[in-house]
Amino acid sequence: MEEEQSFLDICGGSLTLQRRYYSPSCREFCLSSPPLSLRSLTAVTCTVWLAAYGFFTLCENSMILSAAIFITLLGLLGYLHFVKIDQEALLIIDSLGIQMTSSYASGKESTTFIEMDKVKDIVINEAIYMQKVIYYLCILLKDPVEPHGISQVVPVFQSAKPRLDCLIEVYRSCQEILAHQKATSTSP
Amino acid sequence: MVLKAFFPTCCTSADSGLLVGRWVPEQSSAVVLAVVHFPFIPVRVKELLAQVQQASQVGVAVLGTWCHRRQEPEEGLGRFLEGLGVIFFHEPWLQLCRERGSTFWSCKAIQRSTPPGVPSEDQVMLVFYDQRQVLLSQLHPPAALPDHQAGDAPASAGGLAAVFDTVARSKALFSSDRFDEGPVRLSHWQSEGVEASVLVELAKQAAGPACLLLSFLLSLLSAMAACRLFRLWPLPFICSKLSTCEQVRHRLGQLSLVFSTQKAENPTQLMRKANVLISVLLDVALGLALLTWLHGKDRIGQLADALIPVADRVAEELQHLLQWLMGAPAGLKMNRALDQVLGRFFLYHIHLWISYIHLMSPFIERILWHVGLSACLGLTVAVSLLSDIIALLTFHIYCFYVYGARLYCLKMYGLSSLWRLFRGKKWNVLRQRVDSCSYDLDQLFIGTLLFTILVFLLPTTALYYLVFTLLRLLVVAVQGLLHLLVDLINSLPLYSVGLRLCRPYRLAAGVKFRVLEHEAGKPLRLLMQINPLPYSRVVRAYRLPSCGCRPKLSWSSLCRKLFFGELIYPWRQKGGKQD
Repeated sequence: MEEEQSFLDICGGSLTLQRRYYSPSCREFCLSSPPLSLRSLTAVTCTVWLAAYGFFTLCENSMILSAAIFITLLGLLGYLHFVKIDQEALLIIDSLGIQMTSSYASGKESTTFIEMDKVKDIVINEAIYMQKVIYYLCILLKDPVEPHGISQVVPVFQSAKPRLDCLIEVYRSCQEILAHQKATSTSP
Repeated sequence: MVLKAFFPTCCTSADSGLLVGRWVPEQSSAVVLAVVHFPFIPVRVKELLAQVQQASQVGVAVLGTWCHRRQEPEEGLGRFLEGLGVIFFHEPWLQLCRERGSTFWSCKAIQRSTPPGVPSEDQVMLVFYDQRQVLLSQLHPPAALPDHQAGDAPASAGGLAAVFDTVARSKALFSSDRFDEGPVRLSHWQSEGVEASVLVELAKQAAGPACLLLSFLLSLLSAMAACRLFRLWPLPFICSKLSTCEQVRHRLGQLSLVFSTQKAENPTQLMRKANVLISVLLDVALGLALLTWLHGKDRIGQLADALIPVADRVAEELQHLLQWLMGAPAGLKMNRALDQVLGRFFLYHIHLWISYIHLMSPFIERILWHVGLSACLGLTVAVSLLSDIIALLTFHIYCFYVYGARLYCLKMYGLSSLWRLFRGKKWNVLRQRVDSCSYDLDQLFIGTLLFTILVFLLPTTALYYLVFTLLRLLVVAVQGLLHLLVDLINSLPLYSVGLRLCRPYRLAAGVKFRVLEHEAGKPLRLLMQINPLPYSRVVRAYRLPSCGCRPKLSWSSLCRKLFFGELIYPWRQKGGKQD
């Protein structure tokens, strides 16, 4: 079963939330942000090249022009490979764990898997970000020493930064699975 | 709780049979290790399992049945498989079934002991894993695994670490392939043939005697180094100042670690040994390359010929600098008498230095030739020697710096205590604090007079100090760069990085799951893959300890020392004498 819904992120950009229900115990949420727009790419490239051309007219050294081309290419590759995240997915599997995957624009994927017995809860937190207050979803991890303490807070959807309405959708589904997990693990 | 069945991907096309594996009750997961094929004698299967259990301390049992329908469904087989549950009793009894021409499997878990009326079938989730990768991979950070003597793994090795541990410990089950004429036919990752390499086996056989011989030679060497002749007064002091000695000592330690006849106890130690071996090999290879480059085409002679003019040139530039300082540098008006005294003193020093270099000049080529030979011990030794040579050739700069710094330091201390006197205070040595104090009139007069003299002489000394400190810092920076290169070669874990590059599954940061194609009504199928460790964490986890500790000077403390005229050293000193 697959549903698609569009939301806004905190800056007003559009996001698409895909929900896939594989089975009652396994759900996946995919947040995709729009791909790199041609307009901004063109603007940045033109600015760099115009600046390089300005320098070229000053010093009359053609090395500057070739360096500018190389810098734009390398910068674009680095941006696509290390910075631009196209899709962030949260896969929650009952009694197994929670997996967070971020796919970069170049196709690189980085995955983190948290086992269910380390997860204490999933909550929505408030944070001050630049000059505004934003909400974010985060996973609370249990402290291995002290059972009621929290050892770490892992934020989810760090690059997409969706708004509260989208977070609530994800939060409700996750809580259903967590509640089911707690109910079955306490009375096996 | 959802029942999880971990199933090896290599058994997906196996014939029907029994599922052998371990049941982890805390997580209600069943780790399938192998499939036992028909026909078998139940007693023999139980014997085999008992043997494996004794060898690996893992509670291996028959978990259920596996049915792979290649032809039309046979009516008898289903009932037969159900009947097997009576012979090999297990709770719950798994029934995995793969239909012909279908990728979706059916899976049932039957609880026999549940009272009637309660639905006896649990939800089941199938997790496929690659047995070879899981067996060979090593989880990071290493989970606190129980001792092998402690019997079955307790609940502390939680979650997926238990799965990894189970697969890693039941190697005894995977030792037979299908060409063996054993009583029981198994299907697992090595069932097509045991994976081994002739070269590796030969190397293992040869490694024992070779290590014994080399460690004997190394112990002879270290015994020679510990001889009393080397304990006489000036030698240990000089050795502690020369980075070459430190590097040679470090190299000896590395070699004795690699060739020690003790077996590595855990994978971390094994990895460390391999890393050290590879780094030593690379170092020696680079050193030999340098050696061949140096000794080809008479490059040593050219270097020696170039060295003397360079030293002369440096001395000449220094003389010019001193003459500039003795005049009116940058239009500053200095105290003429002090300026002349200091300048002549330093000029005399340079004169001494130049005569020393010229005395040395006939021997320089010979010295360089022998230094070049040291490169066969490794590039790091050669680089350390280079750093020492730079230190020796710039000894005059060091001397100037020390004189300047001492003078400046004295002035700073004198000024600070006289400034206290100026304000009617003094430093109380007993209480380690500044107390107020009432001075006599003549005390105050003399103090103020001295303060004024020191203040007016300060710019001249400060200028000399500044110039020579800058020169000293330049030398220290060059030496620091060389030390950084040596440390890089010494501490880079090349074997781990290569392993991460070629066999990413060997160093695992964890696992990742992929949801496979799904159909309603059938159990969920997941594919478990190894999540490789990022390179930064590989380097951080396996970094080798570098030789000697670099002085841990933070930038602020460096600036403080420079301002107060305390001496700075590039020398590596154990224990950090200058901190």
